[in-house]
This record gives sequence, structure tokens and C-alpha cells, in this order.
Amino acid sequence: MIHLTPWDLAIASTMIILLAVTSLLLQLKITKQLLIAAIRNVIQLLLIGYILKIIFNSNNLFLLLAIAAVMLVVAGFEINSRQKYPLKRWIGFKVGTSALFISSFAMALLTLMVIVAPTPWYSPQYAIPLLGMLLGNTMNGISLGMDKLNQSVYQQRLIIEQRLMLGQTYQEAIHEIRAESIRTGMIPIINSMAIAGLVSLPGLMTGQILAGTPPVEAVKYQILLFFLIASGTGFGIMLAVWMIAKRMFDDRQRLNLDILQIKSR
Amino acid sequence: MPDLTIKNLNLSSISPNFSQVFDFSIPAGTSMGITGPSGIGKSVLLKALADMLPHSGDIYLGDTESQTIPAERWRRKVTLLPSESQWWHETVGEHFHHFNDDLFSCLGFNKEVMDWQIIHLSSGEKQRLACIRVLMNEPEALLLDEPTANLDQTNRIQLETLIIEYQKKNQIPLLWISHDKAQLSRICQQLLTLNKNHYQITQIGADS
Repeated sequence: MIHLTPWDLAIASTMIILLAVTSLLLQLKITKQLLIAAIRNVIQLLLIGYILKIIFNSNNLFLLLAIAAVMLVVAGFEINSRQKYPLKRWIGFKVGTSALFISSFAMALLTLMVIVAPTPWYSPQYAIPLLGMLLGNTMNGISLGMDKLNQSVYQQRLIIEQRLMLGQTYQEAIHEIRAESIRTGMIPIINSMAIAGLVSLPGLMTGQILAGTPPVEAVKYQILLFFLIASGTGFGIMLAVWMIAKRMFDDRQRLNLDILQIKSR
Repeated sequence: MPDLTIKNLNLSSISPNFSQVFDFSIPAGTSMGITGPSGIGKSVLLKALADMLPHSGDIYLGDTESQTIPAERWRRKVTLLPSESQWWHETVGEHFHHFNDDLFSCLGFNKEVMDWQIIHLSSGEKQRLACIRVLMNEPEALLLDEPTANLDQTNRIQLETLIIEYQKKNQIPLLWISHDKAQLSRICQQLLTLNKNHYQITQIGADS
């Protein structure tokens, strides 16, 4: 395997800077976010590189659980960032984190205890990358689904109220929006499953191949991961969207957007 | 059909302009008009009666208090026709379970209306179709928020007639917001004048 020098990374970073300058000139209002994300990326990955080195050597279940908890909490917070009509912080965090926890951890446990089943099952070399991929993708999906849901409900609040006035239940009144939001959240993972191998070589597979794993072995892992991520993401989005949609109505089925960070009336 | 009775209704949680406590009754088969300056909260009052807004106090339809049955059942019985109707599907027909020739033809529509595109409807057409949509639910009490505001003379009379006929046939209580004094005195037996922090009820045309 060819080792990368700091120079190699520096060349790649000039591309990011070029993109940042361009978006600044075009007044896309995304420059700051792009640069912060890039810098965070470097710091976080370097940190996790060193942390993984320590964890891989220790094989300690409690250390693993601690790391998993940190990953979950951070993902839970991130779900609510970059939303157009964000939920109030605490509610958003609660809903996001519980949906992430249920779907991602269920998929991770299934893989670690039944499918791949390393010894011990919590072997960090498997558990951490797996959980990371599940959490990352599910977080993306939930975030997209939530954005679509909050935005549609806010924009169509008069329609929803009209449907309630005509005697529909909240489930009926929000049915299309809810379905559309779940669909929006699931599009990215379905797209990447559909084009995998034809257009893009997926990340995990690319990594394994670069590191010298035989392609067919890498492919098997990639398929496993796709199925787990797609199901984890799908169930996670459904859970989150259903929970939020329910909270948008009070006990008398009145639309109540107090859970959003904007004044509803 | 039952009376609509409001007891100790208080809406102060919605706006500080609502310190008054509402106590009134609309007997079955009769109408109450609501008037008052714009922005005073006439629509808010009707929304609360349809249990679309949080309130304290009791709203009875006959012996049934609003909170004792599921909200969607209450709203099917006590139905609000808002001043501006909303439409969410592509065509008119998708908003109706079936075509009812009596109701539609009464307001000058034939069966083709079911295929009309919502975006091509005028505000008057929307208003009339919204009224048909509400009547097809067969409500047991009607709350009307300026139902004829967007209509010309002919259509206004047609709509008024349709609603009053439905009311006569089913003997339902009816609340009607309007700025048109003549219309209210034509239709209503009682008139509620809403003002900031108080209200007043007067009987109209008690000549029967």
C-alpha cells in the first residue's frame, strides 16, 4: 500500500480552498460552512485515528460502549443542524437520538452477533467502523426526512387545518406529507445502492481494495453493508418522521407547531 | 336536531383581547349572526367552537360536550367553513367522495366540475365548492366565516338559499360571520356583536 505524505493531502486541500473561493464569489452563503466542515474533518479524523489505535489494542467492552455513546450523541445533535425549520433543540435531540439508537444499534448488534460474528462479538475493529457507517447514513436520512417534514408542514399548515376542520384525523391530514418526507430521506441510500459498481465504487469497498483486499471479498462486505445501512436508514427515518408528526398535534388533534423554533401564531 | 350551547367559554389563552366569558345558546333550526370590527377575533371564536383552538369552558351540541368525543367526530358534527378554503389535490373531484347532483346543480355546477383543475378556480368558485364540500359531510351544526364574501349578487343569493334550505331541512343551529348587516337580519334570529373584552347579544325580528 502506498503511504500518503502531508504533501499529498495539501494538494487535495487546495481544491477545497478553490471551491470555497468560488462559492464566496458566487455569494452562495455556504463558504463558511464548507470551510468549517473541512477543518472539522481533518481534526476529527486525526483524533479518531489515534483513538482507534488505542481501542483496537485494548479490546475493552466498556471503552467501546463509551465511544459508541459519544458517536450517538454527536449524531443526534448533528441531525438538527442545517435544517430550514429546525425543531426546538431538546425535542429534536430526543427524537433524533432515539430513532438513531433503535435503528442503528439494532442493525449493528444483528451484524456483530449473528452475521459477521467476530470473537469477541464487540471486537472494536468491526464494531466501530460498522456503527459509524450505520449512524452516519441514518443521520443523513433522518436529517433529510425531518427537513422535508418540518418544511412541508409549516408551508401547508392551512391545508392541514382545513383537512382537520373537515373531520379528518391528524393521521389522514398529514399522510401525504409524512410519506413524502420518508421517501425524501430514503432517496440517497436507494440511489447509491442502485448505481453501486456502475457509476461509483462505494467507499468501504474502495478502501478495502486500496488496502489490498481481494475485490470479491471487498464486494461481499460492501453488499452486506449496503443492506444493513439501507434497512437501518429506512427504519430510522420512519421512526423519526412518525414521532415528529405525532408531536405536531395536540391531544385534540390540533396542529401545534410549538415544537419548531419559529413562532407558529 | 340538538341546540348548540356555549357555557363559560374563555379564550384568554389565545389572546389577551379575549377576557370575556361566553355564555349563549343557538337553538336548533335557528341562526346567530356575528359581527364586530375586523381583527376582533370573530374567526377565532368560530375556530374554538370547532375545537380547533385550545379553550376553557364547555361547548354542547345537545347533551354532548365537545371534549367527550374524539376531535374529528366533533368537527364532523360542528363544522367550520373558513373564509378562505384550502385545496390540496390536483382536481376538484379528488376532494369529494362522490358527486351529488342536487348540491352541485344548486350552485350552478354540473358533473364536469369534478375534472376541473384547482389552480384554475376563481375565488368565488372555490368558495361555493367549499360550501358544497362542507354540506356533503352532513354537519349537525354549521359555523360559517363570511361564506359569501367573494361572491357576486346572484351567487350570493344562491349560496344563501342553499345553506338556509339545508338548515330548514335538518333543523341545525347555525353561526354566520358577516359584515353585511342586511344579510344577517335576513337570516338570523340573534346577533352577537363582538368587541374587545366584551360582547352583546340582541334578538332580531322577534315578530314570528
